[in-house]
Amino acid sequence: MPMPRPNPFALFTSLRLTVVLLLLSIMLVFAATLDQVHLGVWGVQEKYFRSFFVFGHVPGTGFLFPVFPGGFLLGGVLIVNLVAAHLYRFRFAWNKLGIWLTHAGLILLLVGEGLSGMLQQDHQMRIDVGQTRRYSESFRETELAIVETTHPGYDDVVAIPAALLAAGAPIQHPMLPFLVKPVAFFPNAMLRTRSQAPGGPPSVATAGEGADIVATPIPLTTKPDEANWPTGYVELAGPEGSQGTFLVSTMLQQPEAFAYQGRTWRLALRARRDYLPFTITLLKFTHDIYPGTDIPRDFASTIRLRSDDGRDDREIRIFMNSPLRFGGRAFYQAGYANNDRTTVLQVVRNPSWRIPYVSCALIALGLAGQFGIHLLAFFRRRPGAPPGNRAAAAAPGMASSPPSP
Amino acid sequence: MRRYMASGALVLALVWIGSTLVPRGNPGAFDLASFGRLPVLADGRIKPMDTVARTSLLMLQGRQRLAAADGRALTPEEWLLDVLFRPEVADAYRIFRIDNSEVLSLFGLGAGESAGQVRFSFAQLQSGLPELDRQAQLAGPVDAAARTSFQRAVVELREHLEYYGRLKYSLQTPDGFDLSAVLDDPGRLAAGRPGFETMEAFSLLRAIPPPAPSARLDEWQSMGRSLLRALPAGAVDRPVRFYAAIGRAWKAGQAADFNAAVGAYRADLSPRFAPLLRRCSLESLFNQAEPFFTSLVLYVAAFLLAVASWLKWPAELGRAAFRLMTVAFLLATAGIVARMWLEGRPPVTNLYSSALFIGWGSVALCLVLERLNRNAVASSAGSLIGFGTLVIAHNLSLSGDTLEMMRAVLDSNFWLSTHVVTVTTGYASTFLAGFLAIIYIVRGVFSRTLDRPTADSLAGMVYGIVCFATLFSFVGTVLGGIWADQSWGRFWGWDPKENGALIIVLWNAVILHCRWGGLVRQRGLMCLAVFGNIVTAWSWFGTNMLGVGLHSYGFTNAAFQGLVAFVALQLAVIGVAAIPRAKWRSAALAGPA
Repeated sequence: MPMPRPNPFALFTSLRLTVVLLLLSIMLVFAATLDQVHLGVWGVQEKYFRSFFVFGHVPGTGFLFPVFPGGFLLGGVLIVNLVAAHLYRFRFAWNKLGIWLTHAGLILLLVGEGLSGMLQQDHQMRIDVGQTRRYSESFRETELAIVETTHPGYDDVVAIPAALLAAGAPIQHPMLPFLVKPVAFFPNAMLRTRSQAPGGPPSVATAGEGADIVATPIPLTTKPDEANWPTGYVELAGPEGSQGTFLVSTMLQQPEAFAYQGRTWRLALRARRDYLPFTITLLKFTHDIYPGTDIPRDFASTIRLRSDDGRDDREIRIFMNSPLRFGGRAFYQAGYANNDRTTVLQVVRNPSWRIPYVSCALIALGLAGQFGIHLLAFFRRRPGAPPGNRAAAAAPGMASSPPSP
Repeated sequence: MRRYMASGALVLALVWIGSTLVPRGNPGAFDLASFGRLPVLADGRIKPMDTVARTSLLMLQGRQRLAAADGRALTPEEWLLDVLFRPEVADAYRIFRIDNSEVLSLFGLGAGESAGQVRFSFAQLQSGLPELDRQAQLAGPVDAAARTSFQRAVVELREHLEYYGRLKYSLQTPDGFDLSAVLDDPGRLAAGRPGFETMEAFSLLRAIPPPAPSARLDEWQSMGRSLLRALPAGAVDRPVRFYAAIGRAWKAGQAADFNAAVGAYRADLSPRFAPLLRRCSLESLFNQAEPFFTSLVLYVAAFLLAVASWLKWPAELGRAAFRLMTVAFLLATAGIVARMWLEGRPPVTNLYSSALFIGWGSVALCLVLERLNRNAVASSAGSLIGFGTLVIAHNLSLSGDTLEMMRAVLDSNFWLSTHVVTVTTGYASTFLAGFLAIIYIVRGVFSRTLDRPTADSLAGMVYGIVCFATLFSFVGTVLGGIWADQSWGRFWGWDPKENGALIIVLWNAVILHCRWGGLVRQRGLMCLAVFGNIVTAWSWFGTNMLGVGLHSYGFTNAAFQGLVAFVALQLAVIGVAAIPRAKWRSAALAGPA
């Protein structure tokens, strides 16, 4: 083997770095698994995997500092390490094809996971039997919807992401003749009527239902069977001054209605919506259990899909392990409610969903090929095999290409 | 003598297996075996009475063996018949296992006369039931994962008592209404209505088959429901009559009547339900043969012989160990195949069957390795893993019927047979590498038997198995991702079980890269492989103990202490391996390795 060229990326090509990265990844995944008990699966993903650093805070203060590399950082460095090793350390040989394939697949897998982390949107659709819907709702993101209902024939909707309410800066939208001033925003709150909580502080709201409601901020919950109820106060102000401060919350069933300058609006904080170029009607929902038990056997929604362009109009059965893929989204049977009269479909939009399939096929092929070569070498090396072969195969696989230290 | 040792062991094992397959006769005049093969619907599947009896006893008291107050041993069928038809007798059997002393004190038990006992009868517990109910209500709202051991024990005992009650009122009314006397008298039958309603609401067994075989299992009815439907017209279903006759004969202790009633019912069923009766008979035979128990004992014998072969007569004892392990393996294979046939499913469907399969896969690999190396190392590792996984499986079987129904999301034979089997093979091989490494370390440190060729052969085996494990755990994990993508809409969701599988893949990758990069030599490789045991045990059981995530389907309390002990043991072995080479008793390894 020729002397390895000195290269400026020695650190990044080293196999030691690979091992260190793998060990750090194991620690990260393990810590994240344990922390799921406290943070829930979404919280863990944000904190550990979709981040460059895992932050901890000094006990007793709010001061945050990075304590561990996050998923993006480890994945990114691992990609650099792999690419650098292949550029500077490996030389292509047919008997190393397996390693090349495995590593190429791995790079693709990491890139795909990164993309999924950035691009994937998880929504849900709750549809009652007989009802038709044309939008899905986000699980975790909310928006302030200001709907102008002046015109009998149509509505004008302005949707403001809750993140902007939390940021607190006043929002002026060209379609609205008034300014939207966020007064306060709580990611989770408990709402009680004044009669339920007579000792509560006076409401910040000056108009609408909210004036009689006591909203108490409570910590975010991560339990899978509990929901968060984002709640906030927004003040609407025209040129002549405040038009009132309203309480908005996903817990309120009815939107607030108000009039200004002879026009009417509805105001509500709701799950962020994604409008679809087609409609889904729930025709039938079935929920079977094994007789004599409460073990679910099958859930199935029979739906009618009608696309706006008129090319699709058909009945489809969505059930466990059999989703509908349509319009760049996948619809899964996720749950049910309301005494089996409402189906809950999970709607996933992930343009990169095919990447893992390709990358995993590459890796599986690569591993199988490489270990197949090892196995052949092992059988040749066995007692009874010709001595020449035994020596040749004494260092199987990659051991014949020691890394440059 | 030495020459015939291997053949002798083989013959003994085969004779023993043969003896377990011979249908056992009835201990008395009652044809209990035929009763035990009668089909009922329970827990969502049709099974023989024998299975109901055995799984109930296992669940309630942790074993199938039971003795009456006078010390006479009861078969599971006798116990079940007493529960179904002679509750006043059954209530006196000590079948509720209670280990928690605080729970015992709720009932005023565990001290004085009952000191040191762990099993109690319903009669002993009866007076404390209201307090138990109250405690169970207090514990109910607490998250299952956050309950104290007292709360867990309360909830479990409450469930067991409820199960017992539901079983008890499957074929009789709570008020002792004598059914057999009034079946043909609609007027007097109607007086039983309140009792029938209770039976309909509570009975665990749906014992009354539909008139003709049907794919729809919900056409099987409880006896209460069948009677309620018969009330207006007075036309009682035939199976109800047979069970009433069986019950009357059992109560009266009349064996001839009992046997006639059971025989008549079977004859009535057989033209229409012949395949079902056959399956129930086979399941009953399977229960009685206990192939996994026989296999477990054979693995122990194989392990002892294999270890002995390192000290004396390597060829003969080694061959005997190999043959015994082969027999045990074939028997376990037959058991797994029988389960697959009974269930109509791939081999791994729940935690219990994953234990069976991990053992099976490891032993299969060991059989191959032993053929290649013939130094009894793989035999000892394989029989040890075979034994260990069967013990784990036995403990997992205590939670009820192990042929349970699949939840909707898991109900996919395609994915069960690809993802679950592959990833379980990955677990099995990672464990195998770890156990081979333990043998290397223990033999090297504590005995003089680890010479250079054996050490090299072990190192080769561990390396090869780690390669195999990497491939299978990776492919299995990926197939799981694809399944998740198909059914939940995401390829990877960072669920604890997924993370556990990922850690196994990563750890195997670490081992391989360390070896390829020369970062570890033989001893380091062994330590890494032993740590692989911890990683795998975590993924297999530890992740289920967190009580979160989509895969938390198989949590068991007692398993936690077992896991901790296992991890401690592995760390101890790694610690032992850290003793400097010069101090190892196998001096051949002292040189550079």
